[in-house]
Amino acid sequence: MNPASHLWVIPALPLLAAALGALTPRGGRRLAAGAAIAAMAGALIASCFALHAALAAPAAHLTCNFEWFRLGGGAVRLGWLLDPLNGLMCVMVSLVSLLIFIFSLGYMDEDENFTRFFCFLALFAAAMLGVVVSNSLLLLFVSWELVGLSSYLLIGFWFHKPSAAAAAKKAFIVTRIGDLGFFIGLVWLYDSTGSLLLYDGGRGILEAHALAGLAAPALAGGLAASTAIGLLIFCGAAGKSGQFPLHVWLPDAMEGPTPVSALIHAATMVAAGVFLMARVFPLMAADQALASAPLHALTVVAGIGAVTALMGAAIAVAQDDLKKVLAFSTVSQLGYMMLAVGVGSWVAAIFHLLTHAFFKALLFLGAGSVIHATHHEQDIRRLGGLGGRMRVTFATFAVGMMALAGVPFVFSGFWSKESILHAAMEWEVSRLPLWAGLAGVVLTAYYMTRLTFEVFAGRPRSHAAEQARESPAVITVPLLVLAAGAILLGFLGTPAWPWLQSQLTGAAVPSGPLIESPVLTAVSVILVALGLGAGWYLYGRRPRSDAGAADPVAAAFPAVFAFLAARMKLDELYALTVGRLSSALSWLADFLDRRVWDGAIRLLARLGELAGLMNGEADRDGLNAGFDAVSEGFRRAGRAYSRAQSGDAQGYLRALAVGFVVLVVLVLMGCSR
Amino acid sequence: MNALQLCLAFSSLLFAVGLAGALARSNAIIVLLGLELMLNAANINFIAFWRFSPSSAPATGVIFVLFSIAVAAAEAAVGMALVIAIYRHQKTIRLPDATDLKG
Repeated sequence: MNPASHLWVIPALPLLAAALGALTPRGGRRLAAGAAIAAMAGALIASCFALHAALAAPAAHLTCNFEWFRLGGGAVRLGWLLDPLNGLMCVMVSLVSLLIFIFSLGYMDEDENFTRFFCFLALFAAAMLGVVVSNSLLLLFVSWELVGLSSYLLIGFWFHKPSAAAAAKKAFIVTRIGDLGFFIGLVWLYDSTGSLLLYDGGRGILEAHALAGLAAPALAGGLAASTAIGLLIFCGAAGKSGQFPLHVWLPDAMEGPTPVSALIHAATMVAAGVFLMARVFPLMAADQALASAPLHALTVVAGIGAVTALMGAAIAVAQDDLKKVLAFSTVSQLGYMMLAVGVGSWVAAIFHLLTHAFFKALLFLGAGSVIHATHHEQDIRRLGGLGGRMRVTFATFAVGMMALAGVPFVFSGFWSKESILHAAMEWEVSRLPLWAGLAGVVLTAYYMTRLTFEVFAGRPRSHAAEQARESPAVITVPLLVLAAGAILLGFLGTPAWPWLQSQLTGAAVPSGPLIESPVLTAVSVILVALGLGAGWYLYGRRPRSDAGAADPVAAAFPAVFAFLAARMKLDELYALTVGRLSSALSWLADFLDRRVWDGAIRLLARLGELAGLMNGEADRDGLNAGFDAVSEGFRRAGRAYSRAQSGDAQGYLRALAVGFVVLVVLVLMGCSR
Repeated sequence: MNALQLCLAFSSLLFAVGLAGALARSNAIIVLLGLELMLNAANINFIAFWRFSPSSAPATGVIFVLFSIAVAAAEAAVGMALVIAIYRHQKTIRLPDATDLKG
């Protein structure tokens, strides 16, 4: 029996829960939340079975394809795919989602739209799982857009806040820009291969036959079609995964409730772009064999990833909002993953994706616990001193922080980051991604230390922080589970026991020494220590005394700090360039519409009016007189007849009786004749 | 006079009574009663002609009458509804006053 044929169950369960949630009235809080959590637990169990089946044959791509509809001569086919890559993704997505759903029970407890929230969450999980299990780029694209939709709905969940509504709109529009590229890529791909199935017994687009056709230098300048298609697909991935220059929506998306930030904008949805890159990696890498090509798709990916990794980390240094720091760190970490794909190691990217999902969900949920306890205080200058009051939150947050910072040997983030840096070092094209990655390491350690000290050390700097109490178990238990994952997950992919790598590639990866390149590891450990030390020196040694006190870095380098705090002014730049251009275009369109086209139409209307006027004169004087005379005749006749209609029912009856008698008399006379 | 003629005479009488009631009275309900009497006179004719005809097909007259009674019932319902509607409108059911529909 083919396990892939049952794969549809995994997205279908949360989809059903979403439908149920949509039909539940506002009061049915337990029903909606219970259905969503039960569906997620079911999806998790099904995912575990799927992973088990996939691991039994890691090199085989188990598929189940079917025809959707037939149009003209060709059929559009969809399908499900099962291999270790999406088996692992399924388990990760459903496990993290399940924990976040449970967390939301506590976090959203006081929200009056609790039912709607769980409906959207379940819809999101269904869409994301759909992205993961589909074997057709078309089906993947459909789920991809559903993910975008549910992200829009969840960011704008508190749509009565204008900032949330604007953030939702921004996220939707910016990711749509990337998706347009993705869609053009799909059309092009279908045009040149006649299929959108990934694996189809030799005829799929990721299999040797199609790739050989795509990798030929068919375009101007010796470019391969696969380069152009790969870059177009990368546009979609860049939009969804917050890569420079389309990252601007991600920090704004923090307007949504914190579980949403954890689920969508840290752990799973933004990882969809990286997952897509790993999924279509054979296509992305098809042009590597073409030595004469002026540009390889993966080079661009690596470049964008490196820029994003460094830029995100730099901006995170100067943010004062608890969630914004984490948002920019997500941008930066996604940059690392793209960098890994770009330098050819999609396995390292997926490894980092899995570990990042756990520790970033942990960090966001920890932030959510803080925000919940302090009644929505997110400004780190006004927090402080929470370490003693919220011990579980503090301990788990510290685990997440050290995993993200890459504290060596114990935490999962260290191992996955090492594997990315190692892959970057071995890249032959350029050393720049490695330098960017190393610079990002020191910044990451630094800003996470800053964040932790600001929030948890010192003394409370606002009334809300003084009143904070530890959150209930429904919030802390998911934190503990995620913290365990953030530590243990790293041991699945250490160089000494490369289980994950072997399973993902489907070929046994030989185990090497625990430290692959001692120099690189030493450098990165030193950089982490440097970042942690700098963070401690600036923020931990003498914690901020009150909310108004200046940031030590801002005091030393006000211009740089302000530039970074304003997110490198990229939003303003877009407003000045893209925004201005679009305003100018719409002004032009408005001018054309109002003055030019409208004028022409008005002229036509005037002509019509004139013709009508002349026609009317002829009508009134010529034709009307005749018709008037005839009408007068009809009117008179009508008046005469209407006299008989007296309205007296008995009068009518009488007339009827008289008529009847006359009729009878006539008939009798006829008989007697 | 044989039985058929007796029946016909009776039904003619009934019809005449009904017609007189419908024409002479001004109360709409009495007029409706008169109409019912006329209908029943016709029903008696149906039965009589069926009963005394030389080749009486099975039950045709009875079926006709059943139809006619059903239609009469429906018509009476409509008529009563109209009477009530008129009463609500004009606070009277005198037919000579109900002349709103004159041409």
